[in-house]
Amino acid sequence: MIKLSNDDIKSSVVQRIERISGEDFKKCYQCGNCSGGCPVSYAMDVQPHQVMRMLQLGRVDEVMNANSIWVCVGCLQCYSRCPKGCSVASALEGLRQIHLRRSEEAQKVSEIPVAFLKKAPQQAIVCGFRKLVS
Amino acid sequence: MKIPYYPGCTLNTFAKGFDSSARQSAQTLGFELSELKQWNCCGAAFPLTPDNVMGLTAPAKVLANASKDGAEVMTLCSVCYNVLKRTNKVIRDHRERRRVINGFIEEDYDGSLSVIHYLEVLRDKIGFDKVTAAVKRPLKGVKTACYYGCMLLRPFEDMGIDKAEAPVIFEDLMKSLGAEPVEFPNKIECCGAHLAMNNEDVVTRLSGNVMKSAVGMGADIIVTSCPLCQYNLEKSQARVEAETPGYKGVPIVYFTQLLGYALGQDVEGLGFGESKWDARELLKGKVTA
Ligand code: SF4
Ligand code: SF4
Repeated sequence: MIKLSNDDIKSSVVQRIERISGEDFKKCYQCGNCSGGCPVSYAMDVQPHQVMRMLQLGRVDEVMNANSIWVCVGCLQCYSRCPKGCSVASALEGLRQIHLRRSEEAQKVSEIPVAFLKKAPQQAIVCGFRKLVS
Repeated sequence: MKIPYYPGCTLNTFAKGFDSSARQSAQTLGFELSELKQWNCCGAAFPLTPDNVMGLTAPAKVLANASKDGAEVMTLCSVCYNVLKRTNKVIRDHRERRRVINGFIEEDYDGSLSVIHYLEVLRDKIGFDKVTAAVKRPLKGVKTACYYGCMLLRPFEDMGIDKAEAPVIFEDLMKSLGAEPVEFPNKIECCGAHLAMNNEDVVTRLSGNVMKSAVGMGADIIVTSCPLCQYNLEKSQARVEAETPGYKGVPIVYFTQLLGYALGQDVEGLGFGESKWDARELLKGKVTA
């Protein structure tokens, strides 16, 4: 039997991610509703419910390297469907924040297409900068 | 009646037609959008982690300034609405974060404003029956898909504009204009949002799913209250047409543009952008008055 308790499993890194994201990963009971409702789960190498499971088990490197962090669109379908009140969106944003604070970004400013900068609504540029650029 | 109005950056630039059609419609309906004396960008994304207090300072500044102009503030853009309403709740309910935010922005704001959306003004302050009474060109036979997207609605407990999974405020407005709203499964799904910056494939797929589901249910126009939804859908539409046998694109417009048209505004003043899927053609063809 696997016993999940903070003392057994939690690395200090998981504790830090919990503090940053404001989520208690143990609450998740793996029903998969989040992944079922997530519109970009098809493009994620680690599904939303798997993100929660890996964080419960302390498999931090696997989630930190997942593309899920960067393709999450922040639509909150996961949160609105979760029977336990978990927000995978917040977990992923916490991970994104850790990357960005280490200057590990998904988008280099110099490589943003000029056509996008000229044509896109301001909110797309501002939001993109906040979520993808450090 | 004057309503304090926060336009936000995008309505001052990319989505001017959204702003101007809303202002003109307000005038016709007997109220005035009174732009805040001082405002800045809301930040375009509500921080999803409690740790990111810095992300709340820009919207907090907007709210603190707005509180000097009145007891409420109204927005049109779904994202501004989401960010301001959620930030306001944090400031109201969390003493410690309120203290930190006020310290940063050098204000003493307590979260007492009410943040409202133009749709709520029409429903709750004007009344859809009054809107109907003011209609000069009923949108008879115009099948509208009311696309809510994410930000007007989620998280439900914070936004509370309408019923959680089955909102009707948009449809009710369209009915009051004489249009025929069509139900479609993807009306509360995401368009791809900020991935417009770096992931065209995801945006095309998500926006494509929205458009295919709307058009599949018979829509001949899609209505939104978010400039980013408008951009993502319209930008994806050529590729969706090319990749989807039988799919024929439709105009993607702001709800205030249809409102303005129904209220009798000059069609050229509604700010429809240059587009392959021109709403003007459709409206001239369908609406005769
Ligand atoms: S919906 Fe909630 S409880 Fe279910 S797997 Fe996802 S996070 Fe866990
Ligand atoms: S917020 Fe992110 S993880 Fe949650 S459903 Fe939307 S895209 Fe998926």
